[in-house]
Amino acid sequence: MTPGADNGRLPAAYLVPGSSSFTEFLSAQAPTLLPSGRTLPPGAAIDAPHGTTIVTLTYAGGVVMAGDRRATMGNLIANRDMEKVFATDEFSLVGIAGTAGLAIELVRLFQVELEHYEKIEGTLMSLEGKANRLASMIRGNLGMAMQGLSVVPLFAGYDIDTGIGRIFSYDVTGGCYEEHDHHSVGSGSLFARGSLKKLYRRAGTLDDAVRTAVESLYDAADDDSATGGPDVGRRIWPTIGVVDDDGARFVPDDEIAPVVDAIIASRVDNPGGAR
Amino acid sequence: MSAGMPFYVSPEQLMKDRADFARKGIARGRAIVVLTYDNGIAFIGENPSRALHKVSEIYDRIAFAAVGKYNEFENLRVAGVRYADLRGYSYDRSDVTARGLANAYAQTLGTVFTQESKPYEVEIVVAEVGSTPATDQVYRLTYDGSVADEHGFVAMGGGAEQIETGLKEQWREGLHLSEALTLAVGLLGADPAGGPTRELTPTQLEVAVLDRHRPRRTFRRITGQLLERLLSSDDPTHDVPPADDGADEHSVRDVSTNPQTQRPAQDGPAE
Repeated sequence: MTPGADNGRLPAAYLVPGSSSFTEFLSAQAPTLLPSGRTLPPGAAIDAPHGTTIVTLTYAGGVVMAGDRRATMGNLIANRDMEKVFATDEFSLVGIAGTAGLAIELVRLFQVELEHYEKIEGTLMSLEGKANRLASMIRGNLGMAMQGLSVVPLFAGYDIDTGIGRIFSYDVTGGCYEEHDHHSVGSGSLFARGSLKKLYRRAGTLDDAVRTAVESLYDAADDDSATGGPDVGRRIWPTIGVVDDDGARFVPDDEIAPVVDAIIASRVDNPGGAR
Repeated sequence: MSAGMPFYVSPEQLMKDRADFARKGIARGRAIVVLTYDNGIAFIGENPSRALHKVSEIYDRIAFAAVGKYNEFENLRVAGVRYADLRGYSYDRSDVTARGLANAYAQTLGTVFTQESKPYEVEIVVAEVGSTPATDQVYRLTYDGSVADEHGFVAMGGGAEQIETGLKEQWREGLHLSEALTLAVGLLGADPAGGPTRELTPTQLEVAVLDRHRPRRTFRRITGQLLERLLSSDDPTHDVPPADDGADEHSVRDVSTNPQTQRPAQDGPAE
């Protein structure tokens, strides 16, 4: 079916006032487009690319989120320059770990969900509202997660009312938890978290936060084979998103390169990273 | 024969009655002017409400303006947003066009006009800003589902004919935004009955633009000081500053929401 086609006119359901949720609209009008509508045959296990490590931390007036660029499939590197941190609207970021295909579809739907609400209601959704919408989408994926195709996002946003950056984490059942200061998800998250604990300074500057994010990913890549370290040869750097009262933006590669170079230089002859 | 009710009404008479009914409803409302300027398309209406909009964003480069009955055009607006978001989600953002939406609206209005117990008392404009002024598209849709592809400007609502006469005389290609707004506000304030022209203040106006040079979501409302500056003849401001609302040029509002294409092309190959 071509969405929106009903002898050329808008289907009656489109004209019914009501929900400002795009997901609800989709589940009534085109349920096959919903990621949660799908199931795998029982017992099936498929090898699909997995995204790995995401870190996020707050600084004075905002929040930084960074992800490595590697996707793995078993012991193979499926992709070395994949983006896993996305801006979902003007004041929020999502980073994804888990099954890449499902996660990217989920982020796309989440992005449309937020924009749809903003257009229909004429106002931005609250930060908690966004975090809860994402939780309900993760919940819809539980069936797939039980068959090995889990998606675990990390959500960070700027709270316009209080002027601070906030972090929300999720589990596969859709549980949503607010995190303080910093958090990490994905295969390398144990190592990244250890690194963040040592490097994090509360209410630091943006530059410090970017450096801490890059260094914690470096530490994750040091010990987790599925996390990609900075690729100096190809000049592939982590994706770094920032959100503050100016909105969400990405740190350009030419600003990340010196940070990466400085970290690598400081680690020469000092691989443990102690400073 | 009961209560003077005729047994037969000719189709001509029926359609004429319905059209008269719709036209009367539309003419009661305040007018809206849509006009193109050098960097985009501007929408100006008299509307003291900050919450009940007559002009709204539909999609990245598409906006909607309406006059008439609020609940009817609000339903059409919401349907348009749903149509656009569903289409963009299932195909690609670039596959959502004003022409497609105008067709869907035309079919919908046409069906309602002939089949429902009363026609919609609305007139709407669907506009899409192009990459150059030559590719801007402005469609006017009337209560019976007629579509007109307009060039340059449209006025609709109460006193629209007189405003269009004024626009025909004074609109030209390549107006700055400030000139376009001043022209529209002057015409909106004129009394169709020939009385004194009212001075419309920025708080009485609803103004929005589709700004050609904003990447991705081009729609923005213009209010407050910026509107005052644009309307003031001694202020040099003649267009929307590219980054006045706090968002610098890296704002992601600017880039596509498609996760795989949201960063600028020069950042390397998208997955």
